[in-house]
Amino acid sequence: MIANKLQLIGQQALNSVSGFGRAGLMLFGAIVGKPNIRKGLPLLIKQLYVIGVLSLMIILVSGLFIGMVLALQGYTVLVKFGAEGMLGPLVSLSLLRELGPVVTALLFAGRAGSALTAEIGLMKATEQLSGMEMMAVDPLRRIIAPRFWAGVIAMPLLALIFNAVGILGGHLVGVEWLGVDAGSYWSAMQANVDLYQDVLNGVIKSMVFALIVIWIALHKGFDAIPTSEGISRATTQTVVTASLAVLGFDFVLTALMFGG
Amino acid sequence: MSDVLVDIQNLSFSRGDRPIYRDMNMQVIRGKVTAIMGPSGIGKTTLLRLIGGQLKPDSGKIVFDGLNIPTLSRAELYQARKKMSMLFQSGALFTEMSVFDNVAFPLREHTRLPEALIRLVVLMKLESVGLRGARDLMPAELSGGMARRAALARAIALDPELIMYDEPFAGQDPISMGVIVRLIRELNNALGLTSVVVSHDVTEVMSIADYVYVVADKTVIGQGTPEQLRADPSPLVQQFLKGEADGAVPFHYKAAAYEDELMELTK
Repeated sequence: MIANKLQLIGQQALNSVSGFGRAGLMLFGAIVGKPNIRKGLPLLIKQLYVIGVLSLMIILVSGLFIGMVLALQGYTVLVKFGAEGMLGPLVSLSLLRELGPVVTALLFAGRAGSALTAEIGLMKATEQLSGMEMMAVDPLRRIIAPRFWAGVIAMPLLALIFNAVGILGGHLVGVEWLGVDAGSYWSAMQANVDLYQDVLNGVIKSMVFALIVIWIALHKGFDAIPTSEGISRATTQTVVTASLAVLGFDFVLTALMFGG
Repeated sequence: MSDVLVDIQNLSFSRGDRPIYRDMNMQVIRGKVTAIMGPSGIGKTTLLRLIGGQLKPDSGKIVFDGLNIPTLSRAELYQARKKMSMLFQSGALFTEMSVFDNVAFPLREHTRLPEALIRLVVLMKLESVGLRGARDLMPAELSGGMARRAALARAIALDPELIMYDEPFAGQDPISMGVIVRLIRELNNALGLTSVVVSHDVTEVMSIADYVYVVADKTVIGQGTPEQLRADPSPLVQQFLKGEADGAVPFHYKAAAYEDELMELTK
């Protein structure tokens, strides 16, 4: 009984380790080697559109609302201390350091990650990947690589857009509605936000999250069991695993960057 | 140049613990249509993937055009694959491209031909499968038979030496079946191709093949021209050719004795 349980745990550990290995090999095969600009660039641009531009809407709307909520919640606390002039730094630092990168990554996993997993899983199920291989075209280079780079490029940009729209949303609620002085909103922000400490660290976080989310999404699709059930499970796993990984890495990165 | 394009020697292959092939030998002669028949589930598609280098055998040689496929490096394998192509059972057309772009895909990937010339080649290939008029359709708009013909046009786009058909007749209505039978034969003769057809549709295969291998029980159990095969004394070959439900291959999957299992219920 106990031996069986132990065996099961061992088996699962082995499976996850070999999963890591396959994921590593996939990424290695996709991005290591001489890039072919003539063929690669149009593919990359198309994926930037599909992965990045089409995710803009959800990022814009979420960013706006999160900035508005931050300002509203922050104001009710700050005004008790007569410190509503610090609303600008509150909103901008929360967004730049944490909410921008993290929420963008979570939304990105749901919007683009799940779509990527399903797309690649279906390509596998309909033998398109095998067919490509038999036509002497490497699917890792043709399918995986452009999607990987598009995700890694698009997500930090999306996070920056999310931050900008969030700060505007904070302005909308804090200044236009609740009557915080516009001058103090912006000048306190300017005085308290540091380009390297806050903006750049947020961008670095976002790049790490991009790598994690897109890697998980591509690997889950590429490794999916090519049946309808297998693809549905892979898509769910992408969103769950990527979200948890983002939150976990966020703690580690925050500890490294701001932990003292 | 040797007469044998694909030479399989003492091939053994297993999936996990389950052996698929044991010590199998098979030869595909240049310019001929070679058919591989056998009951479903014995790994006929696996054999094509082995020839294409997508799977590696446990032991044995698979020589394609003088090259032993399992020992090739990645780059050499990709070079060898340009000389072969495979028609998948599903067609495996790229769903996000039109029929035209699907057929143009291998040309655009492997040649630097100007677009005008690519157009010419694509139209020629589509004409030969009768789909020149369907070039702007998307794969989702094609019927099953048309999708397979479009995939066939794509498979011959680079003028390969070897073309492998994976169950080309499965799930086709009698008319598209007839079309595909004719296409396989005609393309083979007109383009000087070598064809390997994997199928279990006995009538169709016997009508086009120059040489037939019957595979079962992990190895080749019968071979010869269609005439020789019809005269084969093996009961397994005869059962397969005539499509009898019970015989050397039993109708029942391995199970405990029927009476015993029924009695268990009443206990």
